[in-house]
Amino acid sequence: MIEIKNLSKTFVTPDNTVEALKNINLSVNDGEIYGIIGMSGAGKSTLVRCINMLEKPTSGTVIVNGVDLGSLSDRELRKERSKITMIFQGFNLLMQRNCLKNICFPLEIAGVKKAEAKKRAEELLEIVGLPDKAKNYPAQLSGGQQQRIAIARALATEPKVLLCDEATSALDPNTTAQILDLIRDINKRLGITVIVITHQMSVVESICERVAIMDNGEVAEEGKVSEIFSHPKSLVAKRLVFPDSAETAELAGDEKLIRIIFNGHNSSARPLIAEMALKEGITANICYASTKTISGDLYGNMIIGIPNDEETVKRAMAFLKEENVTAEEV
Amino acid sequence: MYIIADIFSSEAVSEALDILKNDIPKAAWETFYVTALASLFSLILGLPLGVLLVTGSKGGIRPLPAPIMRILDVIINILRSIPFLILMIMVFPLTRLIAGSVVGTVPSIVPLVIAAFPFVARLVESSLREVDPEIIETAQSMGASPWKIVTRVMIPECMPSLISNFTIAVTTILSYTAMSGIIGGGGLGKIAINYGYYRYKHLVMIFAVIILVLMVQIIQTAGTFAAKKIDKRTRH
Repeated sequence: MIEIKNLSKTFVTPDNTVEALKNINLSVNDGEIYGIIGMSGAGKSTLVRCINMLEKPTSGTVIVNGVDLGSLSDRELRKERSKITMIFQGFNLLMQRNCLKNICFPLEIAGVKKAEAKKRAEELLEIVGLPDKAKNYPAQLSGGQQQRIAIARALATEPKVLLCDEATSALDPNTTAQILDLIRDINKRLGITVIVITHQMSVVESICERVAIMDNGEVAEEGKVSEIFSHPKSLVAKRLVFPDSAETAELAGDEKLIRIIFNGHNSSARPLIAEMALKEGITANICYASTKTISGDLYGNMIIGIPNDEETVKRAMAFLKEENVTAEEV
Repeated sequence: MYIIADIFSSEAVSEALDILKNDIPKAAWETFYVTALASLFSLILGLPLGVLLVTGSKGGIRPLPAPIMRILDVIINILRSIPFLILMIMVFPLTRLIAGSVVGTVPSIVPLVIAAFPFVARLVESSLREVDPEIIETAQSMGASPWKIVTRVMIPECMPSLISNFTIAVTTILSYTAMSGIIGGGGLGKIAINYGYYRYKHLVMIFAVIILVLMVQIIQTAGTFAAKKIDKRTRH
């Protein structure tokens, strides 16, 4: 369990003061995949660096598995860090070491015997699906492969927590999906708590159970991914969930606009709009749609335009209510 | 002003060939071992100092108080700005203390080291600064101590650059050894100065210089080759 209490971080430079984090309170349960999302400069990277004390918080506490990290000496903290490992956007492998020796590196730091470290590294190469790359150097690998080696390296010391700092941001969508699969698999198989820092909503959608949305150094919204995805309350959450729906709504003429929100609805298999046309005789114009399927359930929103008379709107709303989707007039 | 024809007159050539046979092998050996020893000692002093300049700086992995860093910086700059010829004379007392004499081949190693180690420290500093700060942060996130970060991450990661830069230092030290001929240091420099400058035997000087040039070429080629050979950042 990770508990972050009243955490603040202020950077002071000669010419200005930046409050990177303002009174953050979060708790992450054991074994969950927790997302921290926000635009660039929202403070998410600073937050994740406070979790392993790469950045010392200005005030507040970080408690990981019952240990208050702020109270530790340098030596104790270094020891604790082998249980809270991290992967990065830039992979950050040692370029002059081959893959096997990269994975051995944290074990060397921990003082594990060479033969034992090598054996463990070979097992990890197997887990990340690159058993034949032991003797290769990072420069000979693709980005996705380098991140796999970085993940193997992060797992070497059998951590309790894995911090992912924009770990898929430098990868193409396909490779991103594969790396996320691997992270999910590791989380399930090894029970490691994972914290995912990202600016991509798609990453949060595909692997996180809960998410905190950060804006300007604060947590704007926090909760289950499915809830935030269907009912974003804060402005920044709305912007992340529906990147461009606001503009689309103004394009309609004299139609009545209705926003439909799919909240884990199993309607993905049934054509909702077509059924409305068939059953109710209401023809809808789809103005905007952004829907995604997350583990079989449909999430997202859609804006439809229907003829603007009271009776039709009433019937449409009643139909949608029956279909168990959230609908609201715009 | 000498005339080209005089330099290559038959007596001059035969005399020069005699010297080439009798004196130059020993001189070349002296130049070689003085350069090698001075380079080694400069590295022993310069490497830790260069590491300290990086790790001790603000934002380094083990920051030291700013005044200490400032003093180090000034001392290095002072040592590097004194012309070698003058430095040799200025360090006579120290040379006598360490080597027992100020004249001779072995004593000439002392001023060479004093002139070269601040240079080596600066080169080490610039090589270490090439290491990606994110890689250092990664090592910190794994719980690596400053000592392990220096020995397992920073130095190995910039080894190709360290070798290239150290090659530059060795060739510079080699050219300094020629100057130490003036205060009685042995080697090719002494031959070139004694015969070429004091006794107008220019052909001997030319031979000595040719051998110096060859030595620099060999050192540089070997250094470049080694730096390339150990660098694993290429794809193949």
